[in-house]
Parts: sequence; structure tokens; C-alpha cells
Amino acid sequence: MSSAAETHEGGLHPALAHHFESLPAQKEAATLGMWLFLAQEVMFFGGLFIAYTVYRNLYFDAFAAGSHHLDVTLGAVNTAVLICSSLTMALAVHASAIGRGRHAVVYLLSTVLLGSVFLGIKVVEYHDKFVHHLVPGPGFSAEALGVTGEVARSAETYYALYFAMTGLHALHMVVGIPILLFLAFKAHRGAYGRDYNTPVEMTGLYWHFVDIVWIFLFPLLYLIGRH
Amino acid sequence: MSTTQPGADARGEGTRPPAGPPGAPPVAEPRPSRVNYLNVSYGVKSWLLTTDHKRIALLYLASVTLMFFLGGAFAVLIRLELVTPPGDLVQSETYNKLFTLHGIIMVFFFLIPSIPAVLGNFLLPMMIGARDLAFPRLNLASWYIYTLGALFTLYALVNGGVDTGWTFYPPYSTQFSNTHVLAAGIGIFINGFSSILTGLNFIVTTHRMRAPGLTWFRLPLFVWAHYATSLIMVLGTPVIAVTVLMVAVERGLHLGIFDPTLGGDPILFQHLFWIYSHPAVYIMVLPAMGVVSEVVTCFSRKRIFGYSVVALSSLAIAVIGFLVWGHHMFVSGQSTFAGMVFSLLSYLVAIPSAIKVFNWTATLYRGSVSLQTPMLYAIGFIGLFTIGGLTGLFLAAMGLDVHVHDTYFVVAHFHYIMVGGAIMGYLGGIHFWWPKITGRLYPEWWARIAAVVIFAGFNLTFFPQFVLGYLGMPRRYHYYVEEFQVLNVMSSAGASILGVGYLIPMAYLVWSMRYGPKATANPWGAIGLEWETPSPPQTENFPRSPVVTWEAYEYAPEEEARVV
Amino acid sequence: MFTGLPLFPEQASSVAPQVDALYFYLIAVSGFFSVLIATLVVYFALRYRRRSESEVPQPIHGSVKLELVWTLIPLAIVMFTFVWSTRVYFAMHRVPPGAMEVYVVGKRWMWKVQHMTGQREINELHVPVGVPVKLILTSEDVIHSFFIPAFRIKKDAVPGRYNSIWFQATRPGTYHLFCAEYCGTKHSQMIGSVTVLEPARFQAWLTGDGSGVSLASAGERLFNELACVTCHRADSVGRGPRLEGLFGKQVRLAGGETAVADETYVRESILNPAGKVVAGYQPIMPTYQGLVSEEGLMQLVAYIQSLAAPEGGSPLGTPEEPAPALPEAQRGEPAPPPDRARDLGKP
Repeated sequence: MSSAAETHEGGLHPALAHHFESLPAQKEAATLGMWLFLAQEVMFFGGLFIAYTVYRNLYFDAFAAGSHHLDVTLGAVNTAVLICSSLTMALAVHASAIGRGRHAVVYLLSTVLLGSVFLGIKVVEYHDKFVHHLVPGPGFSAEALGVTGEVARSAETYYALYFAMTGLHALHMVVGIPILLFLAFKAHRGAYGRDYNTPVEMTGLYWHFVDIVWIFLFPLLYLIGRH
Repeated sequence: MSTTQPGADARGEGTRPPAGPPGAPPVAEPRPSRVNYLNVSYGVKSWLLTTDHKRIALLYLASVTLMFFLGGAFAVLIRLELVTPPGDLVQSETYNKLFTLHGIIMVFFFLIPSIPAVLGNFLLPMMIGARDLAFPRLNLASWYIYTLGALFTLYALVNGGVDTGWTFYPPYSTQFSNTHVLAAGIGIFINGFSSILTGLNFIVTTHRMRAPGLTWFRLPLFVWAHYATSLIMVLGTPVIAVTVLMVAVERGLHLGIFDPTLGGDPILFQHLFWIYSHPAVYIMVLPAMGVVSEVVTCFSRKRIFGYSVVALSSLAIAVIGFLVWGHHMFVSGQSTFAGMVFSLLSYLVAIPSAIKVFNWTATLYRGSVSLQTPMLYAIGFIGLFTIGGLTGLFLAAMGLDVHVHDTYFVVAHFHYIMVGGAIMGYLGGIHFWWPKITGRLYPEWWARIAAVVIFAGFNLTFFPQFVLGYLGMPRRYHYYVEEFQVLNVMSSAGASILGVGYLIPMAYLVWSMRYGPKATANPWGAIGLEWETPSPPQTENFPRSPVVTWEAYEYAPEEEARVV
Repeated sequence: MFTGLPLFPEQASSVAPQVDALYFYLIAVSGFFSVLIATLVVYFALRYRRRSESEVPQPIHGSVKLELVWTLIPLAIVMFTFVWSTRVYFAMHRVPPGAMEVYVVGKRWMWKVQHMTGQREINELHVPVGVPVKLILTSEDVIHSFFIPAFRIKKDAVPGRYNSIWFQATRPGTYHLFCAEYCGTKHSQMIGSVTVLEPARFQAWLTGDGSGVSLASAGERLFNELACVTCHRADSVGRGPRLEGLFGKQVRLAGGETAVADETYVRESILNPAGKVVAGYQPIMPTYQGLVSEEGLMQLVAYIQSLAAPEGGSPLGTPEEPAPALPEAQRGEPAPPPDRARDLGKP
């Protein structure tokens, strides 16, 4: 009987860890582990979502004013870019699963490219905030929003949450991109095939999660009060 | 994949205890290995780069012991100061830093990791017949992350400390404290990931790596307890992480997330903080309950009464524990309606704990009870946790909590659970599994003396604090009014006894590592896969995976069971 | 040494006996169960102690009946306790109508107490016996907590909001006042005393104090200084809602919701006017954040509270009906509150 632990040469698969009985068992463990990690990520972002909910409720006008200054076009483009990157990621997972290493490399690098475009657009947006003195802190000014009074004051809270939430999200992408590059390198070397593509699949789960977080962030931050 | 039939292997690995009285020498005594996980390799690198869960457990043992004595030293200074009403031993600023660091170190760096990271890491794979945890390298990373977090906190400590209280409420922590809040916060943030990754490892291991035949309801209750604990670790810890992040950002950038003068809400912080920190106390106590279940069953030589109920009660505590956080905020200005909901749920969370206590007690009935040190600690736990848990009812009672909130009553309550409960569970577990971990026996009479000294010292320290609290002495008080002195002196006297009590095991346990008599595989005659291995075990635990065909704690055949 | 060792503080308020009763009941329940478990454990450990190394007792699995018994009985006990303890909490928060109001501001590290009649105290609170007193608390800096053990009451003083709690002192005497929320270096020295006086002596104390300016009068002066009257005019042509008779009423807001015009509402309207805009008015009121201190805010609240309803007709945008009686509501009658200073001293 050839178990999933053995390569067709008869030895043990190099990726099989000593404490697992078989590659499928190892993959199931890895999958459960990644889902648990994503569950705690939901809780992590959750705290910021709670703060957002509370303050949007209290300071709706300030939130609307702050949101209107964001560039919806850039935000929408970024959303499309990320969704496409999830597509290329899924294609990469599939390619690695059927042993098409070269395709997998192409798709992984496309994901990196799209992710970098996203981050590049974010840099443009952050720069714009910086130029308009909308970065929270001592230099903050709500002049660019065209509001005064305490709407102006509360707008700083909006931008604090804007930077915290998009910043945390961007950080997750910054962590993900080197991992994707590493996977591309390994795929190029032929490390993945029908019996083992766990790292690609797990990274896929992670990347899709990062995408889904953005899909929540976009309407909540960019589309307040727009008709 | 090969399997082992029960009783067949002359080397005795992966078999159930052979038929016959458990106490008699087994038919196939696992020969004490020459090579075990401790001596398989030497050198600092072999320890610092290990992926063996047992070695990682010992790394944690060293770290948490260090932190325990550091936190304990602060406790000694606190109790010393409180012997007299005026603040005459240290200055107020110093005193405030002492209780803050005592809390931070004990909560985050001792109580939360202790049993899971030391005993859980060591025993979980062995109890389920696995060779290691699901993610051994992640396990090692968890220890390094813990150490990094501890270093940040120690940095804060040596550079002048933190004085916000371990609960670091804003606006004080964000706008007014001029101590190293940021460094301590970063330490806690980093340490949180150690917790999350350990919990993640445990959950995956329990789901995916049980030996053939080991169904969920055949698992040791220690495993159930750690599973429930891990759920809380994974889901709850991220919330404190992001909350600490928000405090850091607000403090650094002068934002208005929690600062009311800038439109923020300080009560929002309290909600976010307690959404984690209440479940955190169940992280601290559930593993100890797992230890107690193991010890009580072994030293009564009887399956735990109501096994399934005890198993599920751990899950119930974990779930309900997430819903009660507002009972820390009855006087903060929270709405009465919210208070009522939290009060009701807080009463409900007491029920599964009570069920455990009754089941443990019932296990003793018609058992074969032996009062060795682990059992003394377990019985101590049952008594002290009962008192601690019952005083929780006082705090869940809204009308009463108004009076005792933020007084020494609360301090007494949580020390009964954390020290009288969790730490006694930890010590009981250390003693119970000491032969397995080190291959040596500790001196029984010294251990019993220490257990009694600890029990006595503990009660003298903390029982007077209930009275102090009801009299009205608030917590975190450096100076206090004259009429509170007598009870404070009693408490400090108890603390000195307790401190000595904790030093005694340090001494004899270290002594036993070198000079203690060598232990057999199963000195207690317990039932559990970990006892089927030599003491100390080999690195791979089980060369061949055991096949489990017996129920949990089947000291006597199932068919003979008596029905009540 | 143990003679006179107190086990609980004296009962000096109307709610203290209720709290103590609940406490003693819980001590009884806890004592019962602790003794029960301790006795059973010790008894079983001795009665069933291991007599030989080889003995193996007969296993007993469990008993659904027993599990139900020791689940349902504790459940019944805790539910009963829940109902009882919640009622005690309600009692602490349902302020009787006509309670004497006292404003308290916590500040590191002192308590600043302001009576409606103008008396100010630092770290002290004088109250008459037998009169309900409502404390309205806030803080200027960090969270503090106003705690009077003898009265069994405590409430956090949170910056940015008003919290309130009430009591009725039942015994003349002097009692401890503590800060019960850690607030920094001198947290343990932010203590004082509450002095309960017989009505006559309280009257004497009131009038003995030099500053005769009532809180409401001080508020009126501030109202004019800050030019509030420019928009909030009594002749109903102002750009802002009229404030006479407003206090305690329901106010209809621009978005369609309603709000009760209590202290919190008034304070918020001064600091964050755009938060709740009255229906029919433009959101043009500037914020006074940073221009008024907490004490100034209390004076303004007291002044607005004292403004009587205008003859024939209510302020624009406010419906006729008074605020509903909620557990925390302080007033239920549409008539303007009577002059507190006159009522003081009456038994």
C-alpha cells in the first residue's frame, strides 16, 4: 500500500513532519490551524470595528465629512485590484495543486503585483492625507474638509480609525507579500504538486481573508452618506 | 502505519495497564530508558532550538518560575508596606508601581501561561498518544514571543516601572501617567501572541492528533480543560491586543479614542478591556480544574463521577465566560439594563463551576483515597475555589457590588481563585507529574509540610481581606485609615508564611532533580497514556502509536460499575 | 486586640440595612456550601482512605438525577439572589422626587462638592439626616469613584459625563469618604468625611457659610457672561429653543427621535450642540468646549433647571408630556422644581 506519506520512489515525502502519520493528516491540521488563526484575526480587527461603530453613531456628521474627502475612485479601484488578486491567488492554489509549477509562479507573482498596486495606491492616498493635514496628531486640521466646530474635532477620531483600520490591513498585506514571493520561489523549484501544496493553500486562505477585511472597510470608510 | 495490540509488547509501550491490581508491578514494566528527552542531546543550542514539546515545557517552567518569584517579591513589599497605615516604607509613586507590576507579571507572565505552557505543553501530546503538538516550531516560537514580551515588560520595570494598575484605565493611562506605559503595553501585546499561538496549537492537536480509538469522550479531563482554555486564548486575546494598541496610539499621538476632552469615551475602553480580561480569568482557572480532575481520579482510584458533565462544563464556562464582562462595570455609569443582563449571566457562569465541585466530591465517595501531596493540593483547590467562587456571587449581586467594588473584597475574591485555586492546581500538577517530567521522586514529607504551610499562610493572608473590603478599605491604597490596621497586620503575617511556603518546594524540587530517588513509569498507579511511557519519556513519546480501547480512567472494568 | 474589631461598617443610610441583609444572606449560603463541601471532602477522604495498595473500588459512573439536583438547586438559589440583589440596586438608583441635589467634581486629588445653595466644600460633604440626597458626579481629569462605606454607596466620577446616585442618611455622625478608583499618586489620600447633621444644625451650617450665591444664581451670571441669552431668549424669537420649563421635558430632535432634557442632555448641548439638534432649529450653536469648566457647567445646569415654564405655551419643538418615570429618572412632574434652599431643614 502506498500511503500518502510516501513518494512514488518509496521514501517519505520530504515535507512530512515526523509527528504526523501522513500528508493528508498534516494538511488537515494545517488547515484547522489557519482557520483558527483567521478566527482570532476577526477578533483582532473586531475591536476596531466596535470603536468605529460607537463613534460613527456618536459623530455621524464628522464621519460623513471625513469620508467624503476620501477618493472613492481610488478606493473602488483598490477594491477591484484586491478582488482580482484573490482570483490570481485562487488560480495559484489550483495550479500548485495540479502540479503546474510554472503557472503557479505566474499566478503568485501576479498576486504580488496586484497587492503591490494596492499598496501603491494606499501610499498615494496616505500622502494626500498628509498633504491636507488630515493625519491625526498635533498637526491635524479639518480645514480641508470644510467643516468647523466640533464636527471638525470629531473628524480627527474618524481619521484615527481610518488610519488604524486601513493601516492594520495594509500591514497584513505587507506581511503577505514576502510570503507569496517565497512561495513563488519554492514553486519554481517544484516543491508543490498533487500530494503537497499546503503552504500555497494556507496562504490562499490568509490572502482571501485580507481581501474580505477590505471589502468591509471600503463601504464603511469610503461610502458614508453617499447616494 | 503500524499499531500495537494491547498487552502484547514486551517493552510495554502503548499498552493499557495489564489486568491485575493497578498497584502491583505491571507485567511489562517499561524499562527505564537510558536515553530520554533530557539526555538525548546536550548543550544550550539543543535546548534553545528544540522543537520537542517536553523541552519547550521546561523552558517555560524556567521562565514562569522566574516571573513568579519576581511578582512575588513585589507582593512581599506590598504586604510589608501595608503593615502600618501611613505610607512609610516606600513612596506612593513606588507603591503604585509595585502593585501594577505585581498584577501585570502575575496575570500575563505567570497565571495565564503557567499550567498550559508548562503542563499542557508537556502532557497534551502524551495524553492523546501523539509524538508532538501539531506545530512544534510554532510552539518554540511561542516561547520566544513570551520571552520577548517579558523583556519589554522588564525593560519598563528597570527603567522606572509602570503605575497605571494592571487594568490601565484611560484617561489616566493615556493622558496622565508619566511612566513607561508604552513599553509595558508592548510587552503585553507581544505576550498575547504567545498565548494565541499556544491555544491554536492545542486546539489543532486535540482535533487532529488523537491516537486511534481515543474518542472525545475517552479523553482525559485535563485535555478537555485545555481545549476549552485554548478556545478562550484564541478568541479573546486578540481583543486585548488591539485595545493595548489603541491605548498606545492614543498616548503616542494624543488622539481622542478614549479621551473625553477630545470626544472619546473612557467607558469604551473598559468594555474592550474586560471583554478579554474576564475570559482571561477562565484561562487561568480552567487548566487548574483539569489538573484537579486528573489528581482526584488517580488518588481515589476511581473514574471521575459524571465524566461527561465535567467535560462539558469546561466548555460551558468558556462560552458563558465571554458574556459576563460588564460585571466589572456596575458602578461605572453603565445602564441598569445592561447591568442586569451581566449580573444574570454572571450568576449562570457559577453553575458549571459548582457542578465540577460536586462531581469531584462525589468521586471521593466510595473511592480508595490516598492523601499524597498532589491530592492535598487538589483538595485544597476544591475548598479554596469553592470559597472564591461563592464570593463571586457577592460580586455578581449588583446591589452588593456597589459597596464592595474596588475594595479589598474583590482582591480577596480573586486571590482565592488565582492563588488558592490556580496556583494550588499548578503546584499539585507539578508534583503529580514531577516523576514523569524529571524521572525523580520529590521528598513526600517535605512536600506535604509545604502544602499545609501554603494552605495556612494563604488563608491567613486573604481571609481578613474579605472583612477589610466590606469595612470599606479600597484597593490600591498606599495609606489607609487606622481602623483597618489589625486586619492588615493579620494579612501581612499570613503573607510571610505563604512566602516561606512557596520557597520550600523550590528547594526540594531542585534538590530532587539531582538527589531524588529514580521514578518508575507509573509511581502513582494512574491510568493515562502518559503513564505508559518511561520516566522521563523518550523524545518521540511513543515509538508506535497506541490504540486505545478503554474508557477514560477505567480503573476497574466498566461492567462492574455501580449505578446510583 | 480583638475587642471592638469591626466586621462591617455602621449602617448610616436607608439602603445600608438592605445591602447588609443581602450580604448576610450570601454569607449564610456561602458558609453552608463551604462547610458542606469541606465536611464531605474530609469525611470521604478519611472514611474511604486507601487501606491497601491493591484495592480498586467499584466504579460509579454518575447519576443524572444527582446532576440535575445539584444543578437546579444552585440555579434556584442564584436566580433568587439575582432578583433580590437587582432590587437593592434599583433602590439605590431610583431617586425619590424632591431629592436635594449636590454636585461633586473629582479632581486629582480632591473632591469638590457644590451645594445648590452655593456652599462649596473640599473633601467634605455635609448633609441633613432623613433627607434624600442625590449626588451628581463628574471628574475633571481621570476616573475617580465616590465611596461612602457607611452608606454602602459608590459611583464612579467619569470625565465627560454625569453619573448619579442617591442616599438618605439615617444617623447623625461623621463617616469616611474614599476615592475608590485608582487615579494616580495620591489616590489613597483622596479621602474625606461625610458629616450628617440634625436638620436644625444643618440649617445653621448652611447659613453660616459666607458665600451666599446659590448654584443657580452663579449659573445665571455665567449664562449672561457667555451670551447664551443672545439666542436663547425668553421672548420666543431667538434662534435657539427657549429654556424656560425645559428641564425634565421630552424634547423632539431634528432626526425624529426624542430625548429627555436632563443634566446630561444640557451638559452635552453646551459642549457638543450638533449632537442633538432640536426639531425646527438650525444647527448653528457654537460649542463651549474649553470655555466652561465642569463647575461652570454644573452652575449652568442648575440655572436652567431653575427656569420656570413660561405663561401659556411651551418652548418651540417640545411636546407637552413630561419625561416618563424610568429607574434613573429624577423627576416626573411638569412643574418646575421648587427652590431647594427653602425645603432644606424640613424633617
